[in-house]
Amino acid sequence: MEQILLKHTAPGQCLSFDEYRSVGGFGAVANALGTMTPAEVQQNVIDSGLRGRGGAGFPTGKKWSFVPRDLPGPRYLICNCDEMEPGTYKDRVLLERNPHLLVEGIILASYALGVHHAFIFVRYGYEQGAENLKQSIAAAERSGLLGKNILGSGFNLDLDVHQSAGRYICGEETALINALEGKRATPRAKPPFPAIKGLWGQPTVVNNVETLANIPAIINGGPLWWKNAAATPEAAGTKLFCVSGHVASSGCFELPLGMTLGGIIDGPCGGMRPGSRFKACIPGGASTPYFTARHRDVPMDFDPVAKAGSRLGTGGIIVFDQNTCMVAVTLNLIRFFARESCGWCTPCREGLPFVRHTLERIESGRGEIRDIDILREHVQMLNYAFCALAPGAMGPVDGLLKHFEEELLEHITAHRCPFTKAHKALERTEQQPCRS
Amino acid sequence: MIPEPLRQKLELRVAGATTNREAAVDIMKELQRHYGWLTDEALEEASQLLGLSPVQVEELATFYEMIYRRPVGRHVVHVCDSISCWALGSETLLESLAHLLGIEPGSTTADGAVTLLPCSCLGNCGEAPCIMVGEKQYGRMTPQAGAQVIAALRGATEQPHTPEEGSNF
Ligand SMILES: Cc1cc2nc3c(=O)[nH]c(=O)nc-3n(C[C@H](O)[C@H](O)[C@H](O)COP(=O)(O)O)c2cc1C
Ligand code: SF4
Ligand code: FES
Repeated sequence: MEQILLKHTAPGQCLSFDEYRSVGGFGAVANALGTMTPAEVQQNVIDSGLRGRGGAGFPTGKKWSFVPRDLPGPRYLICNCDEMEPGTYKDRVLLERNPHLLVEGIILASYALGVHHAFIFVRYGYEQGAENLKQSIAAAERSGLLGKNILGSGFNLDLDVHQSAGRYICGEETALINALEGKRATPRAKPPFPAIKGLWGQPTVVNNVETLANIPAIINGGPLWWKNAAATPEAAGTKLFCVSGHVASSGCFELPLGMTLGGIIDGPCGGMRPGSRFKACIPGGASTPYFTARHRDVPMDFDPVAKAGSRLGTGGIIVFDQNTCMVAVTLNLIRFFARESCGWCTPCREGLPFVRHTLERIESGRGEIRDIDILREHVQMLNYAFCALAPGAMGPVDGLLKHFEEELLEHITAHRCPFTKAHKALERTEQQPCRS
Repeated sequence: MIPEPLRQKLELRVAGATTNREAAVDIMKELQRHYGWLTDEALEEASQLLGLSPVQVEELATFYEMIYRRPVGRHVVHVCDSISCWALGSETLLESLAHLLGIEPGSTTADGAVTLLPCSCLGNCGEAPCIMVGEKQYGRMTPQAGAQVIAALRGATEQPHTPEEGSNF
C-alpha cells in the first residue's frame, strides 16, 4: 500500500532533518519556488482533490481560492494541531515521526497563498511533537528554507509554534484564532470567514496538520498520482486512520482513502481482540454518529460515510465490542462535550448538561419513555447552536437513537443497565505489547 | 515575586510577540512552572507583563484545563476519562489510584505530594488507558502499573499510603 505521509518513518522514531533531506525532503519546495508560480501550486492542490483532514473535509484548494490577494496588509496561515477530539491521535503520530513533512507543507502552502508569517497551534500533551517542530524549524532556517529570501527565490516566511493549555474548542478555527491572539477562545460569528477576516483581522487560512503534510507529495508526484493512491476512483489520496478500542492491534495506519471499514478492522487492526465481537464503532472521532456491523462494507471516504449517515471526521475509529453499553458510551461522550462547551451560547451551555442528565437517568435505571423524545428533540435543537461543537456532540446521540433504540428501551423498562458487569470483565488487566 | 532572570526571559517573550497578549498562555505556563500553580501573585505579575488587567488574565486562566488556579500537589496525575480510555478501563484505573492515594479525584494528598485529576483525551488513544504526570505520558495503564508510576513519583523518601485491609489490590 502506498505510504505518502508515513513513508521513511518507523514507530517510536523521529526522522532527523538530514535523513529527511537525504530521501528528497524539501525537494518540493526547491521545485515549487524555482519553477512554479503560486497559482500553479494552488492549481495542483485543486487538481489533486485534497479535502481537509481536520474534520469537515472541505476541499483545500477551494478554501485557498477564497483568500483575496489584493487586500492591504499581511495574510496568515495557521496549522491546526489542537487535536483534542477523543479517539484522534493521527497528527501526534505525524509530528512524532516526521515533523519536517509538515514544515515543508507549510512552506508550500504559504508560497501558494502569499503568506509570510505562519503559525502552528499545538495542543498541550504534545510537547514532544512541538519540540520536534521547533527543531525542524530551526534546522530549516539554518538551511535557508525558512526566513528571508528562501533558496534565493525572494520569498520570505517566518514560522512560529504556539503551544496551548488545553480546551477542545480551540480546535474550532475561529476560536483558535481568538486563542492565538491571546483572547478567551470562544468562536467568532461567520461571516466574515477567516479567509476574509481572520487573525488580527487579516485574511487567514486554517488547515489541519495532515492536510498540509500532503502538499509536498502532491507537488512531487503530481496531483493525479497523489489522487490515485486512494482505493476508489471517487476518493483522493491516503488517510491516517487512528484506531482505538476493542481491536486486536490499535494504532495509526496510513491507508488508501475509500478502504472499507471491515477491511481496516480485519486488516491492519488484526480484527477484534480475543473474546470480543464487533458491535459498533465511531467512524471519525467522538462527534460522529455510530456505525454498526451492517456498515462493514462502507468505503471510508467523505461522501460514502456521509451517505451512510455519519461523517469521516478525523479518521479516528473507536471500536466497541458486544459487552459495551452504547448508552454508557454516549454518556461518556456527552460528558466530554458538556465539559468542553465554551459556554458562549445558551443551547449548548444549557442543552448539553440537560442531555447528560437525561442519559445519566437512563443509564442508572431511572429513565422514562418520554426521555427518548427529549433526546430526539435535542438532536434537532442543538443544530441551532453558535458553532459546530453542539451539533457534533449530538452526533453520537443521533446514532444511539437510530441504531440502538432497543438498548435504550431495555434500560428504561428493566430499570437497569444490562451491561455493567460484562464490560468490566474485559478491561485491560495486563501490559500488552505496543504496536503503534 | 519571580526571580529577575525569569522576569527578563518573560519580558523578552512578550516583546517577541506580534501583540502582547499573544504571549499570554506562555506567560501563564511559565509562571505556573515557577509557583506550582497560578497563584494570585502570579496572576498580578502576568497582568503586568502582558499589559492586561488581572480580570483579563483570569478570564484566560480559568478557560484552560492545564492552568491551575488552585493549589495542586508537587505532582499532578491526570487520568484520561474520554471514550477510548473509558472503553479500556479508565474508570477502574481512576478508582484504584484514588483508593491507593486515599483521596477523591480532584483533591491532593495530605502530604501535598500528589493531586489526582481526571482529564479530557490526551491524544494517545491507541495506547489507552492513559495518564499524564506533568508533561510525561504513560499508556496501557493498569491499576498495578499506575501504582508503580505513583510509587516512583513519591520516590524512596516518600512512603506510599498503604491501602486498608481487604482492599483488592
Ligand atoms: C469543536 C471543534 C473542534 C475542532 N477541532 C479541530 C482540531 O483539533 N484540529 C483540526 O484540524 N480541526 C478541528 N476542527 C475543524 C476546524 O474548525 C477546521 O475546519 C479545520 O482545522 C480546517 O482544516 P482542514 O480544512 O485542513 O480540515 C474543529 C472544529 C470544531 C467545530
Ligand atoms: S455551541 Fe457550545 S462551544 Fe460552540 S459557541 Fe456555543 S457554547 Fe461555545
Ligand atoms: S481517549 Fe484517552 S487518550 Fe484519547
